[in-house]
Amino acid sequence: MDLSEINFAVLVASLIVASTPLVLAALGELIVEKSGVLNLGVEGMMIIGAVTGFIVGVETGSAYIGMMAAAMAGALLSLLFAFIILIMQANQVASGLALTIFGLGIAALMGHPYTGIKSPQISTISIPFISEIPVLGTMFFQHDLIVYLSLISVLVIWYFLNRMRAGLILRSVGEDHDVAHSLGYRVVTIRFLAITFGGAMAGVGGGYLSLVRVPQWTEGMTAGAGWIALALVVFSGWRPFRLLIGAYIFGGITILQLNLQAIGVNINIALLSMAPYLATILALVVISMSRFRGNRGAPGCLGRSFVKIT
Amino acid sequence: MFKLIPRENVSPVLSLLGPLFSVGLTMIVGGILFYFLGVDPFAAIKMIFWDPLMSETFSTYSIPQIFIKGAPLILIALGLSVGFKANVWNIGAEGQYIMGAIFGASFALSLYPLESIVIFPAMILIGVIGGCLWSMIPAFLKVKFQVNEILVSLMLVYVAEQILALASLGFLRNPDGAGFPGSRNLNQYTSASNAEIIAGTGIHLGVLLSFLMVIFFYVLLFRHSLGFKIKLLGNSPKASGFSGDNPNKLIFLCLTLSGSLAGLAGIMEVAGPAGQINIDFNVGYGFTAIIVAFLGRLNPIGIFFAGIVMALTYVGGELTQFMLNLPAAAIQVFQGMLLFFLLSFDLFVHYKIKLKGNK
Repeated sequence: MDLSEINFAVLVASLIVASTPLVLAALGELIVEKSGVLNLGVEGMMIIGAVTGFIVGVETGSAYIGMMAAAMAGALLSLLFAFIILIMQANQVASGLALTIFGLGIAALMGHPYTGIKSPQISTISIPFISEIPVLGTMFFQHDLIVYLSLISVLVIWYFLNRMRAGLILRSVGEDHDVAHSLGYRVVTIRFLAITFGGAMAGVGGGYLSLVRVPQWTEGMTAGAGWIALALVVFSGWRPFRLLIGAYIFGGITILQLNLQAIGVNINIALLSMAPYLATILALVVISMSRFRGNRGAPGCLGRSFVKIT
Repeated sequence: MFKLIPRENVSPVLSLLGPLFSVGLTMIVGGILFYFLGVDPFAAIKMIFWDPLMSETFSTYSIPQIFIKGAPLILIALGLSVGFKANVWNIGAEGQYIMGAIFGASFALSLYPLESIVIFPAMILIGVIGGCLWSMIPAFLKVKFQVNEILVSLMLVYVAEQILALASLGFLRNPDGAGFPGSRNLNQYTSASNAEIIAGTGIHLGVLLSFLMVIFFYVLLFRHSLGFKIKLLGNSPKASGFSGDNPNKLIFLCLTLSGSLAGLAGIMEVAGPAGQINIDFNVGYGFTAIIVAFLGRLNPIGIFFAGIVMALTYVGGELTQFMLNLPAAAIQVFQGMLLFFLLSFDLFVHYKIKLKGNK
C-alpha cells in the first residue's frame, strides 16, 4: 500500500465530478421540499434521466443533447407524481416510492439494448489563465460545462429563495399552504412547477451519471444516489450552500474509498463499498444531534396534502 | 370544476373496489406497454394472470409456486402495514430480510455437520432476531435523535447487500465449493433444512406461517387495543400522546414487528427455496412487499390476497419471460403502475366529488 500514489489535486477534481449528480438532484429536491412536497421518487427520476440521457446521447452522438433529454425525461416522470399527489390527493410517501419502483422498471426495460456501449464524450472546458494555476487549476477549473452549471445553480437557487419575491411565495406555500391559498397564491400550480423543476434536475443528475461519471449504462446504476440526495437535503437544513458542502464531503468519501480500492489497501472491498451509505446515516445523526436541530429549516407543510376547502 | 368533499366514513365498497379497479386498469395499460414491446398483449396478460392458475401444462407447478413466492411477500407486508398505519415508514425490509437470512444461516452453518432437532427452531429464532436487530437501528436513531427512518432503513439495505457479498465470498463461503461464491446448501443439511411439508410441491413451513400470521395480525389489529393505539398514533400523534401512549414505544414496536417478520421471511427463504446464501439471494421481496401492503389496504386479509396477486405476477412474469421473451423488468413496471392506480383511486375512497355549479 502506498498512499503517495493518490494525487491530491486529481482526487479533488474527481470528487467534484462524483458529487455533481448529487448536487443537481438534491438542489431540485430542495426546491420541491421548500414548496411543501416530499418527493421520494428522486431515485426513479434519476435513473430515468440516466437511461434516457444515455440512449439519446448515443443515438445523436452528443452528450449535451443527451443531457437535455435526461432533464425532459425526469420532468415528465415527475409530472406523473405531481398529478397523483396534487390532483388525486394520494399519500406523498407512498407515491414517491411508487415512482422509484416504476422508474427503475421502465429504465431497465429501455436500457436493455444499450448495455455495454460507450457514451459520447463530453469535453472539459478549461477556464483561461486560472485553470493553469498549479494544483488549484486542476482541482477546480478544468471541468465540463455541467459541473460549472451545477455550481451556478447553487448560487441561483440561493438567490431565488432568499432574495426574490417568487422564492418567498414558494416558501410561503411550503410553510403554510392554507394561508398562502387565502392570500390568493395558486398552491397547486406552484407545487406543480416546483415538482417539475425537481424532476428535471434529478433527470440531469442521472444523465450526468450515465454520460460522464461512469460513463455507460448498467441496470440499477444509480445505486441509491437518489436516496442519498434526499438525505443531503435534510443534512443541509434546506440551505443550498450547506447542501453543496455536504455533497462534496459525500463525494470525497466515495472517491476516497474507490481510490483505496484501486491501490489495494488491505480492507475488504465490501467494507469500503459500505462507507458512503454508513457515512450518510452518520451525517443524518450528527446533524440531528447538533444544536441546530435537524428539523430547523424544514418547511411547515412538508408532506401534507393540500385540499381546497370552499 | 370539481369540488372535493371529505367523506365522514370511508366507504367500504369503494375501499374494496379500489384494488380490483387498479388491477384491471394495470392490465389494460400494461397490455398497451406489452404491445409496444412487440409482445401480443392478450397472450401476455392471459399468461400472467390466467395460465399459472388454469393452464394444465403449467398449473401443477405454478399454483404451489404462487404460495411459495407469496409467503415472503405476505410476511413482510404484514409487518410493514402496522408501521404504515402509524406513520412509521420502514422501507428497508429488503435489508432486514437479508440480515435475517445471514444471521440464521451463519448460526446453522457454524454447527455443520452436527445434527440435532433444536438446530432448526433455534436457526429460525436467530433469523428473526437478525432481521429485528437490523430494524432496531432506524428505530433507535428515530427515537433518540429524530433521524428520518425512511432514509436510514433504506441506506441499511445497501449496507446489508454488501454484508451479503462479504458472506457469500468470505465468511460463509462453502469450503468444499471449489472457490465458487455462495454458502453450503442448507437443503443438504438435514437439521437446518426448511424442507417441503407437502411432498412434490415445494410448499414449506414459511407458507404455513404466512397464513397463521395473517390471522395473528387480524386479531392484533382489530381485536386488541394495540391496533387502536397504532391507528391513533398515525392519525393523530397529539391525541395519542394525551391518551398516555408513549409514541417512542409504538415506534419501536412497529419496527420490531416489521424487522422480525422480514427476518423470518429471509431465514425461511434461505433454508428453503433458495437453499444457500449467495450474492444474488435477495430478489426485491422487501420492496414489492410495500406494494402488497398498500394493495391489501393495510388490512391483514387484504394483504393475504394482495400477496397472492403479486406472487401471481411474479410466476406469470417468469412464464412470459420464458415463453414470450418479455423482459423481466416489464413485471416491475407492471407493479409500479399498479401502485400508482391504487394510490390515485384513494381519492374516491376519501372524498366525494361534486361538480361545482355556476354561481
